[in-house]
Amino acid sequence: MSTAPAGVNERVATWTEAELGLEGRVLDVVRAPASVLSTVGAPVDPTSEESVRLAADLVATMRVSPGCVGLAAPQVGVSAQMFCVDVSEHPKTREHHGTFVLCNAEVVESSRNEKAREGCMSVPDLTGDVKRASRVTVRGQLPGTGEEVVLAAVAFEARALQHEIDHCQGLLFLDRVAGAHAIYQRKTYL
Amino acid sequence: MTSLAITVLGHDRPGIIAETTGRLADLGLNLEDSTMTLLRGQFAMMLVCAGDVAPAAIEDALAPLTADGTLDVSVREVVPGAAGAAVGSSWVLTVHGGDRPGIVSSVVGRVAAVGGNITDLTTRLAGDLYLLVAEIDLPAGTDVDAVRAAIAEAAEALGVGASLRAAEADDL
Repeated sequence: MSTAPAGVNERVATWTEAELGLEGRVLDVVRAPASVLSTVGAPVDPTSEESVRLAADLVATMRVSPGCVGLAAPQVGVSAQMFCVDVSEHPKTREHHGTFVLCNAEVVESSRNEKAREGCMSVPDLTGDVKRASRVTVRGQLPGTGEEVVLAAVAFEARALQHEIDHCQGLLFLDRVAGAHAIYQRKTYL
Repeated sequence: MTSLAITVLGHDRPGIIAETTGRLADLGLNLEDSTMTLLRGQFAMMLVCAGDVAPAAIEDALAPLTADGTLDVSVREVVPGAAGAAVGSSWVLTVHGGDRPGIVSSVVGRVAAVGGNITDLTTRLAGDLYLLVAEIDLPAGTDVDAVRAAIAEAAEALGVGASLRAAEADDL
């Protein structure tokens, strides 16, 4: 029996980085084979000053990166379980929660696997076909207040959440690729 | 540093890759891109490696693989390919239907006719079912609907089905 909340979590959907109360810095995005990308991130205290700073930095770095819909702490060289997501501008998005940051997040329920081709800023030269749930329930904590939130995500937001939670666990999409011939060299488009 | 293309073809058995790559490593060669599959049960591997070893010396080192006559090895020097030439758009072509001669040549001929470049291709015959899956780069400005129609026309003439769908990856 599902205990997942239906639809969008209003608390998460109305959250913005303004709640953090400080200006984020744009950090360098690290690329594989950096070891931090293959290391399980440490759980964080979402109320600590350090966490609030990291949350603001993640959002600021995501904002300046074209096409970026999510960024996890290991991608900026910090081995911690925190990431930001914002899929609101993506054409494959359906229901979504706008911009938000989650700490110590985990997938508590998932269903309806779909395969799609993914790329990642930390693996700029390759893409790969990855099967992921198209409906997930995720539990995590908001930075700053530390309040626990549970949200139900679908479609592209669900995929983005799983990709970012994987980063926090030291996993890249390469670790989930559908098969030996499901990896592709990225093209440069005109 | 020289780029070398090595192919190993023949009767499959466990350990071919381990033995091949072990001998290449012993020569100080660095493996770069490689692909391997079974084609109707036949082992087929191609790899490109870098190093300063003469092709003949590599063939000598791999000679024990070919000693029982079940495997063929070839080594040749190659000019490294241009990295990441710009393309207009990427597509996945799937064709399947009853097996008959000419499916691949007819369908991919329509792709070649517009300057499309196939970057990955697999075909499989499974019973009477023939399947083709190809990754295709089309030049900028290509009329994709016209390509799709040309492929559909070729497929219809062969009594098979074809689909062409966008292959762009989503950045996460």
